[in-house]
Amino acid sequence: MATSLLQALRPVIAAALWCVAQQAWAILPIESWQTASGAKVYFVANRSLPMLDISVDFPAGSAYDTRDKSGVAAMTHGLLRMGADGLAEDDIARRFADVGAVVGGRFDSDRAGLSLRTLSDVQRRGPALELFARILRAPEFPATVLDREKVRQIGALKEADLKPDTQAGRTFYRLLYREHPYALRSVGDVDTVGAITRADLVSFYQRHYVANRAVIAIMGDVSRAEAEAIAEQVTGGLQRATGAAPALPPVESLEGAITRLVAHPAAQSHILIGAPGIRRDDPDYFPLFVGNYILGGGGFVSRITEEVRQKRGLAYSAYSYFSPLQARGPFVIGMQTRRDQADEALAVVRKTLRDFVSNGPTAEELQAAKQNIVGGFPMRIDSNRKIHEYLSVIGFYGLPISYLEDFVGNVERVTVADIKSAFVRHVNPDQLVTVVVGADKDETLTTPVAR
Amino acid sequence: MNRLLKLLNAMAAAWLLLTGGAFAAQPVDEVAVHELANGLRVVVKPDRRAPVAVSMVWYRIGSVDEQNGVTGVAHVLEHMMFKGTRTVPAGEFSKLIAAAGGRDNAFTSRDYTGYFQTLQKSALPLSFRLEADRMANLVLSQEEFAKELKVVMEERRWRTDDRPHAVVYERLMAAALAAHPYRNPIIGWMSDLEHLRLDDTRAYYEQWYAPNNATVVVVGDVVPAEVFALAEQHFGAIPRRDLPPRKPQVEPPPLGLKRLTVKAPAELPYVLMAYRVPRLEKPAADWEPYAFDMLESILSGNDAARLPQSLVKTERTATSAGASYDGIGRGPAFFYLSGSPVAGQSAAQLEQGLRREVQRVVDEGVTEEELNRVKAQVIAAQVFQRDSMFFQARQIGWMEMIGFSHRDLDLFIEKLQQVTADQVQEVARKYLVDDRLTVAYLDPQPLAGAPRRAAPPAGVRHGN
Repeated sequence: MATSLLQALRPVIAAALWCVAQQAWAILPIESWQTASGAKVYFVANRSLPMLDISVDFPAGSAYDTRDKSGVAAMTHGLLRMGADGLAEDDIARRFADVGAVVGGRFDSDRAGLSLRTLSDVQRRGPALELFARILRAPEFPATVLDREKVRQIGALKEADLKPDTQAGRTFYRLLYREHPYALRSVGDVDTVGAITRADLVSFYQRHYVANRAVIAIMGDVSRAEAEAIAEQVTGGLQRATGAAPALPPVESLEGAITRLVAHPAAQSHILIGAPGIRRDDPDYFPLFVGNYILGGGGFVSRITEEVRQKRGLAYSAYSYFSPLQARGPFVIGMQTRRDQADEALAVVRKTLRDFVSNGPTAEELQAAKQNIVGGFPMRIDSNRKIHEYLSVIGFYGLPISYLEDFVGNVERVTVADIKSAFVRHVNPDQLVTVVVGADKDETLTTPVAR
Repeated sequence: MNRLLKLLNAMAAAWLLLTGGAFAAQPVDEVAVHELANGLRVVVKPDRRAPVAVSMVWYRIGSVDEQNGVTGVAHVLEHMMFKGTRTVPAGEFSKLIAAAGGRDNAFTSRDYTGYFQTLQKSALPLSFRLEADRMANLVLSQEEFAKELKVVMEERRWRTDDRPHAVVYERLMAAALAAHPYRNPIIGWMSDLEHLRLDDTRAYYEQWYAPNNATVVVVGDVVPAEVFALAEQHFGAIPRRDLPPRKPQVEPPPLGLKRLTVKAPAELPYVLMAYRVPRLEKPAADWEPYAFDMLESILSGNDAARLPQSLVKTERTATSAGASYDGIGRGPAFFYLSGSPVAGQSAAQLEQGLRREVQRVVDEGVTEEELNRVKAQVIAAQVFQRDSMFFQARQIGWMEMIGFSHRDLDLFIEKLQQVTADQVQEVARKYLVDDRLTVAYLDPQPLAGAPRRAAPPAGVRHGN
């Protein structure tokens, strides 16, 4: 029956692929240009809903912090909306709410930025965009607000530090990235947040929130001419910097295996395994992306979920992913399991990874992965929000403007040999960091690898 | 991709929190409804922006339909629905959906259980075929059940046992309600899970998984008449079944203030206050639930709303403070206030702060300006929500399960626009009183002093 269903499905898949090709050309004519101030703009018009999404991102994430000032990047980003151009934070919040607009922020190790979702009629869009431009152009970083936010952030950090998942993440990234800024906690540490001054924020803002490094993504119910005017409006008042964004230092590979056990009374052990992975522009991106779907990215149908959850009932959630960044982002395997079965779960995952790296996927697995990723492509671009997110990523990481058009072909081209060799290049099962929080006692096991 | 999947998984228990007070609207004329002879309702909303369909099957059975001793069975059954039928072996369901490019998962709430796939529109027949198959032909094997029960216990540890705020909510509900099954957690008490048997799960499946207890919702690039024909083809032959009577299980009236404390490893205290208030019963005639919905937004609907404004920013006594209302459900509703005090302040001090804000509404009411701000947000949200087919399908299914109609989503917008400042003050005065209140404090314990969790019983221990 299962087989007959699959057979019945084949024509469906073929038809679906044809639709994808049609659709990609039809719905995503991405337009791109630069503002007078040098900001890169990516735009897709979509008049089907009376709404507009816009974001402005800068290379100003936590990787641009220094160890002793860790947390400045996040605090700068957080305070953008808390006082600007003569408006107090409550004025700003009320004015956005009065026109039904929603302001959001993006902040990770590479990127920092603001986004705005508003109705597209001029009566609402006009005031919302004007305010959006003001907070980007003239944040004031009021000292009294900073004092309050420091207290809140320190409280949140102390709270988070007790949690096993936070402890696992903290320990994992420190061991993975050591001296690299990706090791820094994105919102800072208790002592460094406590030391942040208003001058730190002003200086960080002036250095990193500059027009010629900004990426603007606009999606929705406006014309090209309107989008051009909006892009000028939201970045026109920003300063310009000379030269490219400060480069992040290269990430050093691990030189052996490290296992860190951390005592914690939680019911479950939180387990993270991984290593530095790839940059966003790595040529192995697609083989690793497709390969990871098979290893641990494909939800219920991945090997890790099959071995850990479906066959043995050891965890509710078990997964793997690559997070490609400006510098080498992490490769991560994660799960949580009852503390007395952590060793068993670890052994299962390690064996699963080792088998995958040694032997690669089967041809059937690769075919199933392609069917899902290619067949699922329309769901990647079925809403304004998802398309807007792609525009922003394409712009920030300098991906080709044909990225979405090329996506299906890039997946289709991946072979079993590509996946196998890419995993061998990027994941060494003998050089991994393993963190288990929820152990009975603290312990560190290191295994340097003889060369 | 993983994060999204986790988000969807998280819905299983957080459903009520996600939906609390969030109203949306659908244009009435676009939605088509058809009922098959066996009682299965099919609701279709065309959305032609992408060649995609969201397909959901909702069953009107949730944790509210459980008896003592088998709490969690509705959710365990949801997990077992992926464990195979006579013709589709365990795990095959998700593989077939994945091979068609789709994504699938499920959610269990207090009031309903739902299963969904997002697919290319051309794969909709596959979704219906597989869903119809497991509606009628589920195979419940002891071997799969034993493994999946372990997964669910891991889910409970992850979702609740190691999260102090989740424990506070669980214990608060158990204290606030005496008789109504909303007092039990959706995921079930650990002891009930440990003693759950395959037959308990089978009984729930046989009693409740019938076409006349289900609604199919499809949103996407589809033609309603074609979807109805497809539903007839796949679900039409499944016989209607008599459903067990649903007892009213009316919660007796609250008779006075209740208090409880939860000790758990944490840095900051946390306060959760729950007032028993009316739920929405007659969408056209009621007005109080809409007034509570506006009050929720006035207190915490935006960064300048009252609770963050006064407690977090001005007084600086709280690191966070919020309000929420869960007025759409099959059981009793609550209006919640919650927050964490800043270091050096106690839970009792924050409770006083939260009460002061309630008293301000009772004494002085709310302003037209505040009301209009919330109304502007409601109108915008109605448009923004149309960007997500999944969200639209979720809203429609939710209405069906509560016993309302997708048409009521439009009515909600109208009714919210009609709420007056006097009405907001009136519901606060009438219902936000001590006799209706249960207060829970989280009393933070240092990690070192936290007791070790008891070892699981031998019966479920996995042999290492």
